Amino acid sequence: MTAVTETAPAAPPASGLVATLRHARHVIGENPVTGLSFGLFALFLIGAVIGPWIVPYDPLESDTAQALQAPTWAHWFGTDQVGRDIFSRVVVATRLDMEIAIFSVALVFVVGGLAGVAAGYFGGWTDRIVGRLGDTIMAFPLFVLAMGIVAALGNTVTNIVIATAIVNFPLYARIARSEANIRREAGFVQAARLTGNSEMRTVLTQIVPNILPIMMVQMSLTMGYAILNAAGLSFIGLGVRPPTPEWGIMVAEGAAFIVSGEWWIALFPGLALMLAVFCFNLMGDGLRDIIDPQRRT
Amino acid sequence: MSAVPLLEVKDLTVEFSTRRGIVQAVEDVNVTVPKGEIVGIVGESGSGKSVTSYAVMRILDRVGRVARGTITYTSLDLVGASEPEMRDLRGREMSMIFQNPRLALNPIRKVGKQLEDVLLQHAQADARDVKRKAIGLLEQVRIARPEERYHAYPFELSGGMCQRIVIALALACKPQLLIADEPTTGLDVTTQKAVMDLVVDLVRARGMSAILITHDLGLAAAYCDKVVVMEKGRVVETAASIDIFQAPQAAYTRKLMRATPRPGITLHDLLPEETPAPTPKAPHQVGEPLLTVENLVKEYKRQAPPPTLKGLFGKKPEPQPPFRAVDGISFTVNKGESVGLVGESGCGKSTTSTIVMRLIDPSGGRILFDGQDIGAVPARAFALSPLRKRIQMVFQDPTESLNPRYTVSRAIADPLLRMGGFTGGARLRDKIAELATMVGLPLELLDRFPHQLSGGQKARVGIARAIALNPDLVILDEPTAALDVSVQAVVLNLLQHLKETLGMSYLFVSHDLHVVRLLCDRVIVMRQGAIVEEGTAEQVLEAPKADYTRELISAIPHPPV
Amino acid sequence: MLSSFLRRLATAIPSLIGVIIVTFLLTRVLPGDTAAYFAGPAATPEAIEEIRAKLGLDKSLPEQFVDYVTGLVSGDLGTSLTTGQPVINDIVDRLPASAELTLFGLVIAIAVAVPLGILAAVRQGSWVDHLCRIVATAGVSLPVFFTGLLLVYVFYYLLGWAPAPLGRLDVFAFPPDPITGFLLIDTLLVGDWETFGSALAQLAVPAATLAIFALAPITRITRASMLSVLSSEFVRTARASGLSPLKVIVTYAFRNAMLPVITTLGMVFSFLLGANVLVEKVFAWPGIGSYAVEALIASDYAPVQGFVLAMAIMYVVLNLLIDLLYGVIDPRVRIEG
Repeated sequence: MTAVTETAPAAPPASGLVATLRHARHVIGENPVTGLSFGLFALFLIGAVIGPWIVPYDPLESDTAQALQAPTWAHWFGTDQVGRDIFSRVVVATRLDMEIAIFSVALVFVVGGLAGVAAGYFGGWTDRIVGRLGDTIMAFPLFVLAMGIVAALGNTVTNIVIATAIVNFPLYARIARSEANIRREAGFVQAARLTGNSEMRTVLTQIVPNILPIMMVQMSLTMGYAILNAAGLSFIGLGVRPPTPEWGIMVAEGAAFIVSGEWWIALFPGLALMLAVFCFNLMGDGLRDIIDPQRRT
Repeated sequence: MSAVPLLEVKDLTVEFSTRRGIVQAVEDVNVTVPKGEIVGIVGESGSGKSVTSYAVMRILDRVGRVARGTITYTSLDLVGASEPEMRDLRGREMSMIFQNPRLALNPIRKVGKQLEDVLLQHAQADARDVKRKAIGLLEQVRIARPEERYHAYPFELSGGMCQRIVIALALACKPQLLIADEPTTGLDVTTQKAVMDLVVDLVRARGMSAILITHDLGLAAAYCDKVVVMEKGRVVETAASIDIFQAPQAAYTRKLMRATPRPGITLHDLLPEETPAPTPKAPHQVGEPLLTVENLVKEYKRQAPPPTLKGLFGKKPEPQPPFRAVDGISFTVNKGESVGLVGESGCGKSTTSTIVMRLIDPSGGRILFDGQDIGAVPARAFALSPLRKRIQMVFQDPTESLNPRYTVSRAIADPLLRMGGFTGGARLRDKIAELATMVGLPLELLDRFPHQLSGGQKARVGIARAIALNPDLVILDEPTAALDVSVQAVVLNLLQHLKETLGMSYLFVSHDLHVVRLLCDRVIVMRQGAIVEEGTAEQVLEAPKADYTRELISAIPHPPV
Repeated sequence: MLSSFLRRLATAIPSLIGVIIVTFLLTRVLPGDTAAYFAGPAATPEAIEEIRAKLGLDKSLPEQFVDYVTGLVSGDLGTSLTTGQPVINDIVDRLPASAELTLFGLVIAIAVAVPLGILAAVRQGSWVDHLCRIVATAGVSLPVFFTGLLLVYVFYYLLGWAPAPLGRLDVFAFPPDPITGFLLIDTLLVGDWETFGSALAQLAVPAATLAIFALAPITRITRASMLSVLSSEFVRTARASGLSPLKVIVTYAFRNAMLPVITTLGMVFSFLLGANVLVEKVFAWPGIGSYAVEALIASDYAPVQGFVLAMAIMYVVLNLLIDLLYGVIDPRVRIEG
């Protein structure tokens, strides 16, 4: 016995975190697009945080003498119908669009995730209520429901966040439910019960940590959808009001000028929107590869 | 034995290109299948036995390719044959049966139609008589009411029945060579016997040749003329079935052969020859009853039929009687005793053990543990009972029973922290090290995560966790079912050793009578939720009283010893 | 078959009840005092009370719900303040325009996406496969209103191929008498080729916009499910029994691969009906989507609620159809119970 306890463990094998990081590096190395998406995301975050301080013009200041100018060196993305600098507006809008997406996804992540875990683990009436709630939401075309919710609750940015969270609820609840459900009878969960863990403790220590990675991937993927949803709502005049810079409403403002050939007003905010969604989708796919190499598509 | 073999595989090397570069799955494999013979290819997981057969059929994945060697069928070169040539050979000259019969059939096409597809493809029938021929095939594989089954979908048939359809598909065009890849894995032992008997009868009756790929040396020896043993992509031995058991040549074959449970041996006989004999057993101590189960019943509500309009508005249909998974069984486990609970899938053995474990609640009956009725405590509340730590369990699947985010020492520490009065620090570390040593787990593995361990190591972690609190009763739920036989041999011996050292009682749940006999004093045979026979291990195996027990025993493949 | 049809019909009932409850709740949580809103800004407190009683808002919630459902059954969705018409009439008038646009877009999307996905899976790693991936990733990221504007710029302003994005018909074309309400079908029925051409020209770009939007999810799921079916054991068995590649791909792989695709169609419809609203706004399409948007901007809530309810009912019915289609292909669902 003494001989055994004296044996110092040899170089410890990679812990979970280190191994995951190593795997992440491998995946990114093999698929540079994933790396690119992480870089792009960082760029968007920087734009959101320091955007208002680095832009060349005041995004709200109009200058009718400069109205409807195509892109020049002075105005990289051109100017709009009242002469505002589109580049400045696109950069400043990053913060609002990111805020809407992040808050709505965070909200649904917590509420939907917990409801789903409870439904999957406890089953019974919890499951029935959560399931019925999700089914009812899913019975609507989601964007249409979001329109109805914003119309009913009031035309504010907060309500856009809430509506986006509500229409995403079934997705999160369902994933969390099925992941919790397949683990409910798993050997290691039963073993935790055998070692005297209460039900609550079992859920928190055994189930939740194991489904977190899957939920994170989901978060990244729905972030893109959340941005699209919010931009769509503001495109039809809900939530954000002019002259606030926001990508969706900027595209809407530019829409009228497309038929007369002033393409830059709608194009640049639209591209920013597309790039943001693209970035989140790629990042989601990349995260999924990192978590589960088998599900690569 | 004829001079010209039907199939000759020479120096076959198959390579797979993977993320880590090129991997050789099989290397320099030589297999000869003479006309009219059945050849077994035996090996544990990863031995390359399936890859060899896929190479013969030329159905390797896109990433795999034959790097070297020749495959000759009669006089045809299969490695160089074009894809249309191969397609013509497949099904007509050689065909294959796969492991999981349910997955091997198109789920949304009638089985009769699937048979017709093959018959028409190879011009074995025309539109007028194809249906008659398909039904004839169903008859040949001994499917009752073939006209009716012709219209069945795979999900409406049992696993054994599906495998018969797959056999009918494979034999539809009267091929000369049949390759069966683990054809009975996942089937119950009685179904396994029926399916294997059918395959061998049909092959012999038609003068065909066959290759049987299996991990079960006993099965191969019982049904094959010749056995090829593979290990890590190489052939280690080729010999007649009779010789494999009587005079195995290769060290690996000897190890595999010894590790296969069979009648008339002891636990120690499973281990390689050089293993020192255990110290003689202390005289067997069987004390007073520890666990008494009386009239245990577990009922499940049947799946309610989906609502119908009539059901919503009209009279409610009569509710179906609940399904009885466990139907009023009674038994006792004494102190220091090992009791085996044996039966085929769906017999209620696992339900019984889970109820005794107090993870689910019974519908009726009493469970007395050391005189207290633990059946009265709801399963949810039992986690907090002081009796909880006295009943522990080793789970069936060692991988699934470990939290992928816990290290080995964290997994073993869990019961100690929750119920053992440990709070961490040096005392906990010492205790974990002591447990690891007891189950033969090297201490440097303690900081690893489950995916960094082998199957046998994971099984040891599960055992260490179960015995951490010195329980009185340990329930072993098929603890070796997911392990290769050589690992199973070691784990069974470990369990026996721990029991003798710590004086626990075991309730051993298994489908394998031979394994149960090695570890248990008494055996209970279950079928359809009820006990059909109970007695000492020798009694039940040597002189079974119930017909069902006899059927079970005779279904276990007997090597020609 | 009939009983299974009825059973499926019965499963749609809870969804419908849920939809009605939610739309009812949406009408009750209007910002501010509904009665005050309907009474107008200059109303006296007495006038507001009078309107409250008239609208039934002074009753208890369950009573109001009964009133609401009774109204629904008789087709009463309230009156639009902007058009002065009953909402139900407005919706019925404008529904065919939306349906024609959505269905045409969907048909184009399926016609392109399914073959593309299958080809990508069968020829894994080829240029078709790469094209498929680009379509799938880029298509999901494109905001549908942005695609629409880009297409208008390219095909109307730059190339001049498409007519101005202003509704269903050229101002000089005469609309046919409504038979189905679908211009393409109605003009064909009366043999009016000129108007048919005009309608098609107007429809092409918005329908293409919707199709591009729906292309991505359908392509993605077709490719993925085809890949998984192609590597399944029953396809291996079919190959091992020497069936021809065409037979394997069509009879064995394709039909099985369609099951997840059909399930996904439900989700695609959900997105399409939402995207439809945006596309209608971009192309000034006189459908129920732009009707709702106009009402929304004018703070005219009854049409919005009517629109949400109509869309939800349509979606429930579409899902029912998808379910039935699924049952036709998959015997496991058909024979259950």
